[in-house]
Amino acid sequence: MKLTERPMPTVLPELKMAENKYVNQPDENLPSGPFGPPLSPYSRLRRFSSLLTSLIALIPLAILTFINYHQDTDAYRAENRYAISRILSNTKRTLEFVLEERRSALSFVLREKHYEELNTNEGLANTLQNLKNSFGGFIDLGIIDSGGIQRSYVGPYNLAGINYRDQDWFEEVILRGVHVSDVFMGHRNFPHFVIAFKKEKPGGDFYVLRATLDMELLTRLIYNLELDRRTDAFIINQNGIIQTPSVFYGGVLERARFEVPPFMMDREVIDEYLEEGQWLTTGYAYISESPYILMVMKRLDKPFWHWVDHRADLLWFLGISAALILVVVFYSTTYMVNRLKESDLKRARVFHNAEYTNKMATIGRMAAGVAHEINNPLAIINEKAGLLKDMAEHTPEYPQKEKTLIQINSIIKSVERCSNVTHRLLGFSRRMEVQKENIDLADLLKEVMGFQSSEIMHRNIIVESSFAPELPSLESDRGQLQQVFLNIFNNALAAIPNGGQIEITAAPINSGEVAVTVTDNGVGIPEKDLKHIFEPFFSTKGEFGTGLGLSITQDIVQKLGGRITVNSAVGTGTSFIVTLPLKSRG
Amino acid sequence: MSRFRVLIIDDEEELATTLVERLTYRDIEAEYALDGISALAKVVAQPYDVVVLDLKLPGISGEVVLRRIKAQFPHLPVIMITGHGTPHGHEAEKPEQAFDIVAKPIGLDALIEKMEAAVKKHE
Repeated sequence: MKLTERPMPTVLPELKMAENKYVNQPDENLPSGPFGPPLSPYSRLRRFSSLLTSLIALIPLAILTFINYHQDTDAYRAENRYAISRILSNTKRTLEFVLEERRSALSFVLREKHYEELNTNEGLANTLQNLKNSFGGFIDLGIIDSGGIQRSYVGPYNLAGINYRDQDWFEEVILRGVHVSDVFMGHRNFPHFVIAFKKEKPGGDFYVLRATLDMELLTRLIYNLELDRRTDAFIINQNGIIQTPSVFYGGVLERARFEVPPFMMDREVIDEYLEEGQWLTTGYAYISESPYILMVMKRLDKPFWHWVDHRADLLWFLGISAALILVVVFYSTTYMVNRLKESDLKRARVFHNAEYTNKMATIGRMAAGVAHEINNPLAIINEKAGLLKDMAEHTPEYPQKEKTLIQINSIIKSVERCSNVTHRLLGFSRRMEVQKENIDLADLLKEVMGFQSSEIMHRNIIVESSFAPELPSLESDRGQLQQVFLNIFNNALAAIPNGGQIEITAAPINSGEVAVTVTDNGVGIPEKDLKHIFEPFFSTKGEFGTGLGLSITQDIVQKLGGRITVNSAVGTGTSFIVTLPLKSRG
Repeated sequence: MSRFRVLIIDDEEELATTLVERLTYRDIEAEYALDGISALAKVVAQPYDVVVLDLKLPGISGEVVLRRIKAQFPHLPVIMITGHGTPHGHEAEKPEQAFDIVAKPIGLDALIEKMEAAVKKHE
C-alpha cells in the first residue's frame, strides 16, 4: 500500500452542503432575486460586481454630462439675458429719442411762435401741418388758457371749448411745465398719448400747448424690432397698465399680470424659474421723462430639450459609451464569475478525490489485513482437512470411511469459497497501486459482479451479461477499472427494485476502443438531473449518498483515456456507457 | 525411497507440521522450520532438493531468508507461499530469485507439481 494515512481536511460536509444549496438546490432562506428564484452566491457575486463596475464606469460619465448640461444651460441663459439687454438698451434709446424729438419740436414751436399767432385756427393748422410733415405721429394741437379752456384746436375732432381745468395732467403742466401722458382712448377712441407744454405770457399769465400723438408711433418702433415668437416687448406705465400691445400679457389699457418692476436708472434683466423646466427672462427699462416702462420678456421653454437638440452628438456618444460599458462589464463579469465557479468546483473535486482516495486506501489496507489474517487459519483448516482425507484414504478399513470423506470434501469446498472471498478482497485493496496490465474485460466484469453476488441473489435480481466473443484484451489499470464498474453496478443496484434486471454488454467499437454498457430497468433519472449527475456532490440519494461516486467514476474513466455517457428515461431505466481505449495512453 | 527432500519454512506450526505429514504420505521427505534462523541452520546442516518458504516470517523476513539461501546455495530452488495472494496479484509479488509463488490456502497437489518441476529443473 503506497498511500499513507495523513490528516485530510474534512471539507466534504461543508462543500457538499454549499454545493447542494448554492449550485443545485438553492436554499429557500437565501435572499431571492428580483424575478423569483433565490440567487446562488455566484449569481449574487455576478450582480454585485456588474453593478459596482458599471457604477464606477458610468458615474463619471453621468457627472460629466450633468456638468456639461449645466454649463450649457447657464451659457444659454446668459446668452438670452445678453440679447434681451441689448434689445432693451437699443429700444430705450430709440424711444427716448422719439419722445425727445417730439418734445423738442413742440418746445421749438412755443419759442418761435407768439400766442396770438398760435391762437388762430389757421396758425395752429399750419403748425400742425409742419409738425406732421417733419416728424409724424401728431394728430392734433390745441391751445388752452390758464383757466383750462381749450381756446383753439386743430385736428380731426371738434374739441374747441373743452375745459381741462380739473384734470390731473393740467395741474402737472402748471407745476412742472411739461407733461407726457399715459396712453388713453379719450374722446378719440383709439390709443393715443399727449405731450403738453406750459408757456408764460408777459404779465404773469400762461397758456398750454397740447399735442396728441398716435400710440402707433411707439408701437411701430417695437414692432420693427422683429422679435422671435417667444419674446414679447411692450410698454407699460408706472401703474402697470399696458400701453402698447403685448403678445402674452394682455391688450392695450389692460392691467399687466405681473408686478410693476422697481425703478432703475439703467436697464435690468432678471431670470425667473416658473415651473416644469420653464424659465422667464424679464428685462425692463424706465424711459426717462415719461411714465413709460419698456418691458422685454422671453420664455425659455424647457432648457433641457434645448440642450438635447444642441447636444445630440454628445448624447449619442454618451448612449453608445454607456451601452458599450454595460456590455463589456456584463460579459467580463460573467466570464470572471464562471471561471471562479469552475475553479471552485475543480478545487472541491480535487479535495474530494483526495479524501475519497484516502478513504479507499484505508478500506483497502483493512481488507488486505483481514484477508491475510484469515488466509493463514484457512490454510491450516485446509491442510488439516487434507491430512484427515489422506489418513482416511491411506488407512485400510477406516471406520465410516465414505461418510468421513464426504465431510472432509465439504470442509475443503468451504475453505475454497472462503479463499475466493479473501482473494477478491486482496484484489480490491490492490487498486490503489496504479499499474497498467493486459486485462481480460469479461473476466474483470465477472469479478466485479462477484462482489455483488450475495445482494444479487438475495434481491432476486436478474443479471444478463453478453460479451462479444472477439472481445480484445485491454491495456489499463485493473484496480481503477474495478472501481469504475463497481460504482456503476452499485448505482444500477440502487436504482432497481427487488427482482429487477441489469444487462451488461461489452463489445469493441470503432478501431481501438471497447464499449461497456450497463443498463438497468430501474426508476431512471429525470432530465433536469441528467446533466448534473457527473458533477461532484450531486446526489439523488439524499443524505445517504456523498454525491461523489459518479464524479469520481468519470474522473477515473477520463484518466484512463476513456469517456462515460448516460442515457435515461424516467420509469424505463438508465444505461451507462463506458468507452475505453484498448491501448493505454501515457 | 523418498522422491526428494523438502524443507517447509512457516511460522504457523500447525500448518507446517500438517504439510510435513501430508507430504510424507506422498513419499516426500519433509522437514519444517518455524523461523528464518533455524531454517538457515537446517539448510546448511543437510541437503534439500527444494525449499517452501513463507514470505511473512517473524524476525528475519522471508525475502531475507531467500537471499541468504540463494547466496549459499544458488541452485537450491525456493517456492514462496503468501497469505497476500490474489487470483491475479501473487505473480507480481514473486521475488526474482524464487522459483515460483503459491497463495494460501495451499492446494497441495499444485504445490507438489511445482516442487517436482523445480527439482526436475535443477537436477
